[in-house]
Amino acid sequence: MKSIFAIVSKRLALGLVTIFVISVLIFVGVEALPGDLAEAVLGQSATPETVAAFRKELKLDLPPHVRYFAWLDGVMKGDLGNSLANGRPIIDLIGWRFGNTMFLAAVAAVIAIPIAVILGILAALYRNTLFDKIISTATLSTISFPEFFVAYILIVLFSVQIDIFPSISNINDQMAFWEKIYAIILPCLTLTMVVVAHMMRQTRAAIINILASPFIEMAQLKGIKRVRVIVMHAFPNALSPVINVIALNMAYLVVGVVIVEVVFVYPGLGQLLVDSVSKRDIPVVQASGLIFAATYVSLNLLADILAIISNPRLRNPR
Amino acid sequence: MTFFKLLRQSPLSARIGMAMVLINIVAAIFAPLICPYGETEIVGDVWLSPSTDNFLGTDHLGRDLFTRLVYGARNTIAIAFITTMLSFVVGTIMGFFAATLKGWTDLSISRLVDILMAFPTLIFALMVLSVVGTGTTSLIVVIALLDSTRVFRLSRAVAMDIEVMEFVEAARLRGERIWWLMRHEILPNALPPLVAEFGLRFCFVFLFIASLSFLGLGIQPPTADWGGMVRENSGAITFGILTPLFPASAIAFLTVGVNLIVDWFLQVASGLKD
Repeated sequence: MKSIFAIVSKRLALGLVTIFVISVLIFVGVEALPGDLAEAVLGQSATPETVAAFRKELKLDLPPHVRYFAWLDGVMKGDLGNSLANGRPIIDLIGWRFGNTMFLAAVAAVIAIPIAVILGILAALYRNTLFDKIISTATLSTISFPEFFVAYILIVLFSVQIDIFPSISNINDQMAFWEKIYAIILPCLTLTMVVVAHMMRQTRAAIINILASPFIEMAQLKGIKRVRVIVMHAFPNALSPVINVIALNMAYLVVGVVIVEVVFVYPGLGQLLVDSVSKRDIPVVQASGLIFAATYVSLNLLADILAIISNPRLRNPR
Repeated sequence: MTFFKLLRQSPLSARIGMAMVLINIVAAIFAPLICPYGETEIVGDVWLSPSTDNFLGTDHLGRDLFTRLVYGARNTIAIAFITTMLSFVVGTIMGFFAATLKGWTDLSISRLVDILMAFPTLIFALMVLSVVGTGTTSLIVVIALLDSTRVFRLSRAVAMDIEVMEFVEAARLRGERIWWLMRHEILPNALPPLVAEFGLRFCFVFLFIASLSFLGLGIQPPTADWGGMVRENSGAITFGILTPLFPASAIAFLTVGVNLIVDWFLQVASGLKD
């Protein structure tokens, strides 16, 4: 039990170091810009006053390391600075949108995980049959499609041909829970389709991998039914890779929302990030990028830790 | 000789994939000969339905959609191809250096790559593009560098296995330089897995550029490009006009084609191994 605590805390420390290095990279990114940032962003026609105001806002007059620690200090205290575009505090812009993004990702995950795991088990159970081939062709094509293609097909089907779901997912805090769910059905379905395809293929591979082990052959030779072999013998052993697959796909989901949010004009963090990139509102880009990266790293970390906990061989390294 | 033999034994799915890719390549090379109009020529009203003059209709500015699609093949595929090439040149050279020099060179490059790979690619690209600004050159360089981390991982692993072989040892004892070793001993032996990876990376880069263009941060108008065309025409969808689905399905068509070939290639490569 002591060793598992040591392994987990080591992974946690590594994750923290990664997030720290990422924050440095994000900061240096702005630093490494050739020429003068103020003039590059504001353009040739900027008046000296606006350039001076811009420099003051980004604290460009201070040396880099001082600025980095001032920024980091602010981030720790929850002060992310102000937006260049409208001067509002970034924390106000981001807080609500981050909640929306997590809401969308969470609903998609709740739908996607059971479907993917059940389909993966079925495909492994009936592998090399017509059912398996149809599923694997369908998932391979879904993986090859860009997210926005899936999204527009769903819009054409469900909000143009038969007008049952909205094509724009505008939600606000006054809406009740089910109203919100109704508004995000199409973006949710898009994300579900893309993630299920990945997750189901990896689940199938993980279970087939286990099916090749000697103890499964033993179970089959004892004459146990196939369903029982898969559910009672193979699945518990496949749990560790499957949990890993799920956590990795959740990380993918949180980042994958960016494009889906733009298609459905959903007020989330991804939409804000894309808007800020085209407006070159660098403080907002830095802040939302850092939040996305931290979420992604944490979910990957969670995948690692769950894999260690659910695998006795990793839990007690020799 | 062996190549043609392999080609004759290819399964149906791989042949379909090859046909799909070939159509795209032909469209890309002979674009000016195929197209009835110029790339940015305005030929009629906005979002006309398909007719004999414009056989896929017109786009949001009244340009012929078929012409834009064919020129789009040229621009989108060329940029994705150049990006993938650049990413392979950088990634392979770094990977081979890390595998042959070992020690702190290997350690420092590997750690840097680990950190870059812990960062979601799309978010990283968005952040870098917000600083350097959008443009074709910065797009190619940024994506190639981000993608070269994946190539580095593979080429390092492959070169590590080759580097311990006796013929490399012999060349070392002969006093060959590191560059010669990489070029004449390691590269020829590392080629098959790298070629298979090239197909996969191309798909990834191609979809990635399409996504960035769709977000308005990739290839800039008036250059025809598939991701950008979906974005420009996305307004049509709420009127029940299917214009944005044509470039979107062109993207899917090419990626499915490349994936089918890569699937077959991976099977052949793994079959040869055992």
